[in-house]
Amino acid sequence: MKKILTSLALLGLVVAGTAAIAAEEQNAAAPTHFPINEPKEMSWSFAGPFGTYDKAQLQRGLKVYKEVCSACHSMNLVAFRTLEGLGYSEAQIKTLAAGYTIHDGPNDAGDMFDRPGKPSDHFPAPFANEQAAASANGGAAPPDMSLLAKARGVERGFPRFVFDIFTQYAQGGPDYIHSLLTGYDQTPPAGMVIPEGTHYNPYFLSGVSLKMPKPLSDGQVTYDDGSPQTVDQYARDVSAFLMFAAEPHLEDRKKTGFRVMIFLLLFGALVYMTKRRVWADVAH
Amino acid sequence: MSEGHSTYTPKTGIERWFDARMPLPRLIYDSFVAYPVPRNLNYMWTFGGILSIMLVAQILTGIVLAMHYTSDTNLAFDSVEKIMRDVNSGWLLRYLHSNGASFFFVAVYIHIFRGLFYGSYKAPRELLWILGCIIYLLMMATGFMGYVLPWGQMSFWGATVITGFFSAIPLVGNWIQQLLLGGFAVDDPTLNRFFALHYLLPFMIAGVVVLHIWALHVVGQSNPTGIEVKSKTDTVAFTPYATIKDAFGMIVFLFVFAYFVFYLPNYLGHPDNYTVANPLKTPAHIVPEWYFLPFYAILRAITFNVGPINSKLGGVLCMFGAIAMLFLVPWLDTSKVRSAVYRPWYKLFFWLFVADAILLGWLGSQPAEGSYVFMAQMATLFYFAFFLIIMPVLGLIETPRRLPNSITEAVLEKNKGGGGHPAGATAAPETKG
Repeated sequence: MKKILTSLALLGLVVAGTAAIAAEEQNAAAPTHFPINEPKEMSWSFAGPFGTYDKAQLQRGLKVYKEVCSACHSMNLVAFRTLEGLGYSEAQIKTLAAGYTIHDGPNDAGDMFDRPGKPSDHFPAPFANEQAAASANGGAAPPDMSLLAKARGVERGFPRFVFDIFTQYAQGGPDYIHSLLTGYDQTPPAGMVIPEGTHYNPYFLSGVSLKMPKPLSDGQVTYDDGSPQTVDQYARDVSAFLMFAAEPHLEDRKKTGFRVMIFLLLFGALVYMTKRRVWADVAH
Repeated sequence: MSEGHSTYTPKTGIERWFDARMPLPRLIYDSFVAYPVPRNLNYMWTFGGILSIMLVAQILTGIVLAMHYTSDTNLAFDSVEKIMRDVNSGWLLRYLHSNGASFFFVAVYIHIFRGLFYGSYKAPRELLWILGCIIYLLMMATGFMGYVLPWGQMSFWGATVITGFFSAIPLVGNWIQQLLLGGFAVDDPTLNRFFALHYLLPFMIAGVVVLHIWALHVVGQSNPTGIEVKSKTDTVAFTPYATIKDAFGMIVFLFVFAYFVFYLPNYLGHPDNYTVANPLKTPAHIVPEWYFLPFYAILRAITFNVGPINSKLGGVLCMFGAIAMLFLVPWLDTSKVRSAVYRPWYKLFFWLFVADAILLGWLGSQPAEGSYVFMAQMATLFYFAFFLIIMPVLGLIETPRRLPNSITEAVLEKNKGGGGHPAGATAAPETKG
């Protein structure tokens, strides 16, 4: 065992040393590694082994999505009925779905037609196709938001990715989205070239700036539960909602997980005691 | 311990009826009940059993997933998301399967390193070892193709990069690449054949596993001392001794596995694979699954041409060579002593090799630029030196420590000297783990 520990210590030294060499000087005006700033780690209700979604927060997040994001971003994989997870009743979901117009068909006469949405429908996309979305947004199609909270994440690097196992850090996506949304309005360092038609954001994953202009501003969305109507609060709420959209079974997963862990712990203890008993008369 | 006489005596009428026609109960009894195992096996020897249950678990979850999956480039990504969202417990099946692949590799790496540490590949277990290497190769092919199926960005670009290796082979390279892809680029035919092969290969693995276990039951298990079994006192019966110990090992392993499935299901994956494949948009860094990273680092470490071999072909040769080394291990190791327990120098180099493999894995995840390239080259050099220089030379010049005469003697010696139980083997049995 001592040998293993010594070896691991040795390995740690080697890796730490190499990481130090590899960390190259970043030139502030012409950075080569993105994002320039790491996402801020927020505290989320759904983090940790007993994490659950804050339903009020998800409802506010949905409001932000509906009133702001959905103008450009689709959410193709999410059905209205999924929103039961936000605490809405069946009747509320029916009303919510009916508020959308769904292009359907062909009918018996062979014609396409519009009808009010049903709970089994998915959120309709704001653009007819990716090309239309790209051409309306300066050449870059806004990404679909169904999985955004799992499809984005800044590399954690050594040694943090080791600690993440024990802290169960799995909120890289929402942290990133929150930081990006609150990361506008900053002045780029002197000498940095910001391409025409893009917006500087030091939290952006793949460059100094992105096509999306600052989407949120204070007071833009009206909350009726008294929550602060600030960009920071909007960003938190919509990030949490996007996590729900990407992982609607998260609570179920963690709940099942706890039962599985308890079972394995008890079963393991029993098997271990049996094992000791079986081997008691054999030196080994 | 090899082909002993069968000790099975059918007790009931139905057992006698079967025994006279097809002695399956006898085979099971002789293989999993009466089969003698060395009494000094430690928990490193539970990984064979762990790998068996992982294979079964992967096949079971995989078959159910295949019932809901669609292998069409336009539908594949959404069909996986349908499993995650709408199929009953689909999220559980899919996370079990995707993390199961990773933990299958965790177990196989521990199993391989255990073999390297204790010299389990030495005569008469060369064939057993080679069958294991074949299983490992099949696992790599299966894992790679499985990663393509969700049709995310990393699926697509990983497949593009890895099938691209084959084009480096002179003369037949392009032909092989096109055969793999079913065209000139990763597309619908690729996805369909990968799905078919991903379903087929696990059953081939199961077939080779049967051969692996057959070979094992002929030569018997090695053990931490590396001394062959000499008498009956060296062994215990598989059941209950090995079964209960294996069961405990499996539960501990499943505990760690479950921790990832339920709390960190995407930790071992890449966020880019939650974006649907886009042939027009290359990700910033194309990274394979973690279990391929050491080989990926070796591939990229070759940045120079050697004579007629250009850097691309050189990288591919080194990568396949790195795996080929494993096949040659039984003949590269010249030592007469099996176990590293009695080989102080080999033990040191073994742990350096483990550190080197982990370092290569980390380098494989980093961009191939700056000082990373040089480090990868040094680590690759050590990787090959370990097999081609250290293993053969050390066996000739190293003075091993004194070997016990038998497993029983080793056990009794250990218990006599072992921390605070001077009374020896028979005393205070309840204090022994």
